[in-house]
Amino acid sequence: MDILRSFKNNIGKVRGNQLKKFFDSPGSLNLMYIPALFMFSVFVYYPLAQGVKFSFTNWNGYSPDYSLVGLENYRYMFTDTRSYKVILNTLIYGLGSTLFQNALGLAYAMLLNTNLKGRVIVRTIVYFPVIVAPLIMGYVFYFIFQYDGGALNDILLVLGKEPIDWLGNGPRAVWLITLVNTFQYMGVSMLIYLAGLQAIPKEYLEAAEIDGASGFYKFLHITLPLLMPAITVSIVLNIIEGLKLFDVIISLTNGGPGYASHSLSTMMSDLFFAGQNAGFAAALGNLMFAIISFFGITSLSFLRRREIDL
Amino acid sequence: MKKAISYLAAFLISIVHLIPFYILINLALKTRQDTNSIWIPPDYLYIENFTNVWTQSHLGLALLNDLIITVCTVALVIFVGVFAAYPLARFPTRWNNAIYTLSVATLIVPALTVLVPLYKLVVDLRGISTYWAMVLVLTTFFLPTVIFLYTGFIRTIPRELDEAALIDGCNRYETFFRIIFPLLKPVTASVIIIIMLGVWNDYRFSLFLLQKRSVQTAPLVLSQFFSQFQNDLPLAAAGSLLSLIPMALLYLFLQKYFVSGLAEGAVKG
Repeated sequence: MDILRSFKNNIGKVRGNQLKKFFDSPGSLNLMYIPALFMFSVFVYYPLAQGVKFSFTNWNGYSPDYSLVGLENYRYMFTDTRSYKVILNTLIYGLGSTLFQNALGLAYAMLLNTNLKGRVIVRTIVYFPVIVAPLIMGYVFYFIFQYDGGALNDILLVLGKEPIDWLGNGPRAVWLITLVNTFQYMGVSMLIYLAGLQAIPKEYLEAAEIDGASGFYKFLHITLPLLMPAITVSIVLNIIEGLKLFDVIISLTNGGPGYASHSLSTMMSDLFFAGQNAGFAAALGNLMFAIISFFGITSLSFLRRREIDL
Repeated sequence: MKKAISYLAAFLISIVHLIPFYILINLALKTRQDTNSIWIPPDYLYIENFTNVWTQSHLGLALLNDLIITVCTVALVIFVGVFAAYPLARFPTRWNNAIYTLSVATLIVPALTVLVPLYKLVVDLRGISTYWAMVLVLTTFFLPTVIFLYTGFIRTIPRELDEAALIDGCNRYETFFRIIFPLLKPVTASVIIIIMLGVWNDYRFSLFLLQKRSVQTAPLVLSQFFSQFQNDLPLAAAGSLLSLIPMALLYLFLQKYFVSGLAEGAVKG
C-alpha cells in the first residue's frame, strides 16, 4: 500500500520538493493501474457478485420486485434433465474443439514447417477464417448443411443417396458445430505450433538423426517435449474459448432442434431474454463460470508441470 | 515420394479450406430461381443480391458503427492497458503481483456469466444502445489480454533504460512517457490486430447492448436480416460476403502483422 502512504505524506503540505519526491518514488506509478482496476470492478467484479445474488432470487429480468428463493434455482438446475444435456453439449464444444484444433493444428504446422513451396499461401488460407466473425462463419456453413440445395446434400444427390437433414438431429448438430468452430480457429493453433517448432534448435534433431532415431521417435522424444509451452498456451486458450462458444451455435441451430444443441451460454441468453427467467439464467451463468475456471486452471497446472527448460 | 505426399496434402488442405468460401461466393451470385447445384458457378452476371442487401439492411451504416466502436475501443484499451502494465511489469511487489494475477485471471470470466447483472447495470446507467457503454464494456473485457501482452513485453526491456533516465533527472512518469512508451510499437501492432478482430466481429455484447437500429453493427444487422429472409439464401449470402470484405482486405494487405501478431501474443505466454 505504498500509494496510500505516499499520499498521506503529501496531504496538507504539498510543497514542490515533496511532490517531486512522490513522483520519483516507484510507488507513485501504482496510480497508473487504477483506471484498469476501476473498470474491472465496475464491469466484471461487481456484476459477478450481483450474479451470485440474483441466482438466489426469482427475478424476471425487468420488474423492480423479486424475492429471495434460496437455492431453488440450483435445485431446479440439477433436477431438470435439460441442464445435463446442455452441460454435456458445453463440454463437447469446449473439449471436442480443443482436441480437433490441436491435433490438426499440430499436423498442419509440421507439414508447413518444411521448405515446401507455397507454404505461405497454405498458411494464409488456413488462417483466413480467423478474421471472419464467428456468427457469419456459422451462416457460411449453414449453406453447406441446409437440407434443400445445401452443398453436402448436393453431393449425396449426385451419389444417388437420400438427402440428410444435417442439423435436424441434435447430437449430430452438436458435433457439426464443434467442427465448424475447429475449422475456424485451427489456424490459431497452427500458428502457435509453427512458432514453437521454429524455436526448436536444429542441432537436437540432427544429433538424434546421427544416432539413428526414427522420425516417430524424434517427434515423441524431442519435438513434443520441447513444444510443451506452445501446447500449454494453445490448449488452455482453446478450452476457455470453446467452453464460451456462443455465436456459431446461434447462427447454425439457435440451440435447436428443441434444446438439443444449446450450450450453457446460448441457453442462458435464451432464458434471460425469451424466458424472462433472470434468476435461473444467473444460476446457469455461475455454473458456466465454475466449469470454465475448473477446466482452465486444471489444464494449465497439468500442462505447466510437463514443461521442461532448455 | 515423401515430398510428393506433402505437396498433395498441402493442396488438399487448401482446397478443403477454400470450399466454404467458394460456396458462399457462388450462392451470392445466383438468382433465387436458379435451381442448379451451388457447386456450379452461375453462367450469368447477377449482382442485384449485393445492391439489394446493401439498401435493405443498411449495411453501410452498420459498418460505420463497427468502425466507430472498433476505433474507440482499440484506442481506449491500449491506453488503459499500457498504463496498468508498466507498474505491474516494473515493480513486482507482492501487492502488484497479486493485481497482475487478478487482472489476467479476469480473462476466464465469460461475458455471458455476468450477462444478467451487466445488462441491468448498463440499463441503470442509461447506456443501452449507446456507443460509450459498448466501448467501455468491450474495453474491460479485452483488458486482461492487453495487460498480459504489454506486461510481458515491458519485462523484456532492460531496466537500465529506466535507471539512466532517472539519473538524467526524469521523474517516473517522464521515464515512462519519453523512454518506454515509444519502445512499445511492435507489441502495440499485435494488440491492435487482436483487439480489432475481437471488437469488429463481436456479437455477444452487441446483441444485448445495441438494441436501436441506428447503432447496430454488421453481425447484428446480418443476423436479423438472416432470420427475416431465411428463404432467400442468395441475398443472405451476399450480405455475409459483403460484411467480411473489409477485414479480408485488411488481412491480405497486412498479413505479416496478422500472423506475427497472433503467434507472438500467444507464445510470449
